[in-house]
Amino acid sequence: MNAMISTATPSTAYNFAYLDEQTKRMIRRAILKAIAIPGYQVPFASREMPMPYGWGTGGVQVTAAILGANDRLKVIDQGADDTTNAVSIRKFFEKTSGVATTTLTADATIIQTRHRIPEKELTETQVLVYQVPIPEPLRFLEPRETETRVMHALEDYGLMHVKLYEDIATHGHIATTYAYPVKVEGRYVMDPSPTPKFDNPKMDDCAALQLFGAGREKRIYAVPPHTSVVSLDFEDHPFEATKFDHACALCAATHTYLDEVITDDAGGRMFVCSDTDHCEERRAEGHRGDLLGEAPAAIAGSAA
Amino acid sequence: MYVAVKGGERAIDNAHRLLATKRRGDPAVPEVAHAQIREQLTLAVDRVMTEGSLYDRDLAALAIKQARGDLVEAAFLVRAFRTTLPRFGASEPVDTGAMQVARRVSAAFKDIPGGQVLGPTFDYTHRLIDFLLEAGADIAEPATAPADDAPMPRVTDLLGNDDLIERNPPGDPDAPVGDLTREPLDLPADRDLRLQNLARGDEGFLLALGYSTQRGFGRTHPFAGEIRLGEVELEFVAEDAGFAVPLGTIELTECQMINQFKGSATEPPRFTRGYGLAFGHCERRTMAMALVDRSLRARELGEEAKAPAQDEEFVLMHSDNVQATGFVEHLKLPHYVDFQAELALIRQMRREIAERQNVAPREQQALPEAAE
Repeated sequence: MNAMISTATPSTAYNFAYLDEQTKRMIRRAILKAIAIPGYQVPFASREMPMPYGWGTGGVQVTAAILGANDRLKVIDQGADDTTNAVSIRKFFEKTSGVATTTLTADATIIQTRHRIPEKELTETQVLVYQVPIPEPLRFLEPRETETRVMHALEDYGLMHVKLYEDIATHGHIATTYAYPVKVEGRYVMDPSPTPKFDNPKMDDCAALQLFGAGREKRIYAVPPHTSVVSLDFEDHPFEATKFDHACALCAATHTYLDEVITDDAGGRMFVCSDTDHCEERRAEGHRGDLLGEAPAAIAGSAA
Repeated sequence: MYVAVKGGERAIDNAHRLLATKRRGDPAVPEVAHAQIREQLTLAVDRVMTEGSLYDRDLAALAIKQARGDLVEAAFLVRAFRTTLPRFGASEPVDTGAMQVARRVSAAFKDIPGGQVLGPTFDYTHRLIDFLLEAGADIAEPATAPADDAPMPRVTDLLGNDDLIERNPPGDPDAPVGDLTREPLDLPADRDLRLQNLARGDEGFLLALGYSTQRGFGRTHPFAGEIRLGEVELEFVAEDAGFAVPLGTIELTECQMINQFKGSATEPPRFTRGYGLAFGHCERRTMAMALVDRSLRARELGEEAKAPAQDEEFVLMHSDNVQATGFVEHLKLPHYVDFQAELALIRQMRREIAERQNVAPREQQALPEAAE
């Protein structure tokens, strides 16, 4: 998909950005509370949306509540703008709000994302909206909401440290690669949504406001700009972000998160940037990866 | 190739066009009209109205058509429509005691004031495929009886006159009406919210849970005190008028289960209630709902709660099929970023084990990575 900025005409059958104004006000209140208590999960009266639960309804509601007519919206899934669900959500907002959309990270004022944080450093003028499936970092250790809320209230995170310690005892290292738990501003343990732990360091002291929406679980939480976000670890087993043995086959980047693409049935594979906009920008700047000329268009896009 | 998921807009548009064609089926066969669904697939319409939480037969019928007969998908369409509707307020409580009864049976008493009325039921049919239906045979006129104004008091009210069954707590007309579609569910939840949750919950989930209580997982010793189906009048107090104005009639199914309760230090032994209510004719679901409602009252009634159907958080958090289907089916969405992280970890772990065993891992022998 080419990098582009486009505008659309809104559909008049629904209110701007689909939700009615009372609902938006309710969501904005929850967002304000979430910003005031970084990392705390604020319950909100999540609405049924015209896309299924688990497909980004929380992120869509947060975006709808903060979207203004002058915003430029970027939607990514797995780091890419042209993933089917990202296309679907972008079209939804084009249809219901008519705001300008973009694939350029630097041009966007609101970026809705599933599973990734863009590689390019975000700024004070941007808001990153995460789609969250399970907001509770303790959920798989304690299935009951009534219990986990008490644990958060008492700052009782022993169970999480035991889990991480057991990982080390069993595997020699912490065996959590995504949805890696973080502590926000020294208080709440938070699930960064299932972003790979590679992205965790980007959350710390991030200039952009980070909002997290979980529609099915009816929770909103936030990390305000320039807030401390620390990945949980131990002194003798410090947190380590995932590193790749490869450079991007298209843009030769060595600092980005890579997707593994299987190219044939004989073990052939290539590694390419997950953040397609970042990769295209680097190629436009003249960076060339090993396989740039031979990669299929479905992977390389037309910017190759 | 997995990257085919990066298809973008054209693939989505084409998929939608194909879906529309598949929905229509063979064009040589006449298209089904939503009025036919409304009139001839009424029980499907009733389920979609109930799980969609919106009493609108035409809309539900259209949703069934649009969803190609997938009732969970149809309920989802109705819900997504309902969520955009403005709220004027809450109706007055309906009086099911004043119902225009089309069917009414009690398994607790042989005869009851007003009588047992079988009405339209599958209950005593033989489940033999009726090939005459395929042939389109004429159907006989239904039997009729003179209209009867005899009151049909609820069986539970009759028991209540003798103080043999717990009294329903008196309603507080000034109390706000709980609504889990407008406020996030807070646990533990009061019974009104639990009933709302069950009323729109998945019929299959309620059925399985109710069934589990009958098989010993949280036994509640139920009797079907009464099941009634019919039309009730809906009233709404308009603030300007200052009195209740009728909005029309809706069809409801109500089930009142009578359950044992052995009493306590302060309470004499008395039957307890389980309650089920649904739009239209939804007998199976209201019976299951009544079983589950009673099970969820374990804590309130001082019973040991260890079965799934007694576990409020387990039941309430997993009953909604629109939520459930969305989250289960979201596994179809790409997860390759996280899967890549897991791939890297599993390779690392295998490498470490292999190094410890000083044996080359099989994968490295067989599949040298092309990009290395």
